[in-house]
Amino acid sequence: MIEIDKVYKIYSMGDSEVHALDGLSLTINEGEWVAIVGPSGSGKSTLMNVIGCLDQPTSGSYKLDGIEVAQMNDKALAGVRNRKIGFIFQTFNLLSRTSALANVELPLVYAGAPDRRKRAVAALERVGLGERIYHRPNELSGGQQQRVAIARALITDPAIILADEPTGNLDSKSGAEIMELFHQMHKVQGLTIVMVTHDPDIAAQCERVIHIRDGKILSDECNGEGRHVSTIA
Amino acid sequence: MTIIESIRIALRSLSANKLRAALTMLGIIIGVAAVIALMGIGRGAQQAINSQINSMGTNLIFVSPGSTNQGGVRTNQGSAQTLTYDDAVALSTQGLSAVAAVAPEVRNFGQAVYQGNNVNTQIVGVTPEYETVRNFKVQSGEFINAANVTARSTVAVIGANIMNNLFNGEDPVGETLRINNVGFKVIGVLESKGGSGFGNQDDQILVPLTTVAARLQRGNFRGSNLVNQISVQAAGDNQMSAAIQQISEVLRERHKIRFEDDFTVRSQEDLLATANQITGVFTLFLGGVAGISLLVGGIGIMNIMLVSVTERTREIGIRKAIGATRGNILAQFLTEATVLSVMGGLIGVLLGMGIARAISTLSAGSTFQLNSVVSLDSVLLATLFAMAIGLFFGIYPAYRAASLHPIDALRYE
Repeated sequence: MIEIDKVYKIYSMGDSEVHALDGLSLTINEGEWVAIVGPSGSGKSTLMNVIGCLDQPTSGSYKLDGIEVAQMNDKALAGVRNRKIGFIFQTFNLLSRTSALANVELPLVYAGAPDRRKRAVAALERVGLGERIYHRPNELSGGQQQRVAIARALITDPAIILADEPTGNLDSKSGAEIMELFHQMHKVQGLTIVMVTHDPDIAAQCERVIHIRDGKILSDECNGEGRHVSTIA
Repeated sequence: MTIIESIRIALRSLSANKLRAALTMLGIIIGVAAVIALMGIGRGAQQAINSQINSMGTNLIFVSPGSTNQGGVRTNQGSAQTLTYDDAVALSTQGLSAVAAVAPEVRNFGQAVYQGNNVNTQIVGVTPEYETVRNFKVQSGEFINAANVTARSTVAVIGANIMNNLFNGEDPVGETLRINNVGFKVIGVLESKGGSGFGNQDDQILVPLTTVAARLQRGNFRGSNLVNQISVQAAGDNQMSAAIQQISEVLRERHKIRFEDDFTVRSQEDLLATANQITGVFTLFLGGVAGISLLVGGIGIMNIMLVSVTERTREIGIRKAIGATRGNILAQFLTEATVLSVMGGLIGVLLGMGIARAISTLSAGSTFQLNSVVSLDSVLLATLFAMAIGLFFGIYPAYRAASLHPIDALRYE
């Protein structure tokens, strides 16, 4: 479902060029749970942004569901981000002045979907926040904010969840609760999950771990203890 | 995303910073209020002047002396000394078919004194015809009659304001007032015409035309039979141009004119048209000045929207990450700018109407009464203009917001 072939992402900083992605190739199949690990500056966030259609590679091919992303216009890219991909960020990235409900509703607003309110309430109930739908982000704990973000990511029924250090800003107890939600998404809903992380314990819970350094893949291994689901090529 | 929804979202984000939104709107509020109030005042002045011209009488034609060339210098219109009492007599006695009545007048400024009070006002020398031609009514006593004119009597008919100012509102008929130290017996008081401002018709003292020449004129003018203006009433609506034609012929004949007339003939409509032209320009000018403040208000909106876009860069990034298109972001910020300007515009309309009404109320007691007229078209114009300003000055900030790269926007601290 995700096919990346010899992708380069080059930033020019003054005279020198930085190869954030250096001819990286990667295929991720539907239903996989992939962890991307590596030191900071290794290019893993850039890879996430490319996969999430937030950023275009300098060269190389990225096909999502067989469609070349480089050929999509702004509107099509916005549509992909809206319907196919759900983002979960380390810093939650909720709109601070609006309620949890309005935050979760927002992707449906841009999708022009009906029954927005009902669906948003249901999504918040699923992540265990049915009691707090009118709370604003600053009235919620970090773990609760991340659950709002997860509800927002799931509301448009995307095929892929992209998570950038989703437990990075949380204490271990909330982190464990969030990871439990990821397990559910993967096992029950069969979503493809790509997760950037520093934490070896988190990586150990994923099926497949990809190490990245200097924009290249260092290793790509299946986790023996991971709950591997047979994948369709 | 529907328009109503966009407006709701815009209202929500504006209400997050109410003081700022209010201050931004203030520019538009002041601009629109100024446009509405000033145009209302302009229109009011126009109506006041029109009603004053109309109250002078009906089917009127004004004949005044023309301007003269003295050594190549053209002097003021009316400064020529060419129109005489004999001209007026000729116009009324030659049996002109389109002319109903002729009323010559000679105007002077003078000081009128009664006991401890005095006023400086217009002393108008008139004939009995003046009453009907210029549509005056006597509220007490009687008007100047033909015998007064023949005898050069020292009698006076005074305007309603003069009665109030000089006689403290008490009936002055039979009393004697002094004009330039000549005693005049008051024989009548005119009904108020409710005119206003310059040349107020309630603010004059009428005396027999011949008395002015004999008693009040000084130096060379004493005993002269020059008049300042001859008011002619045409026989009917449809006789106006015929009357103008006949008057011009008679006067050309009498003045032995071959090329350029030494008099001017204007109808009441000409006067109205000129007045309307002047007040129209005046109104436009006031509106234009107020429009500048509207423009400044628009720049204020642009300024705040640019600040707002920078402040909310992260929000824009989040919105783009979850599926907002450039169009969505553009629409969001444009709607915010337009909501600001339209709300400001509506408040400004109410404020402007309030100011216009306040001015009418305040001026009600004074000599220059002004009923400002706020018309629907100026309200519509101001509101639409405010909206257009919001859209215009919102475009650039909204474009900036929409063009932000999602990654840069998300990383913005």
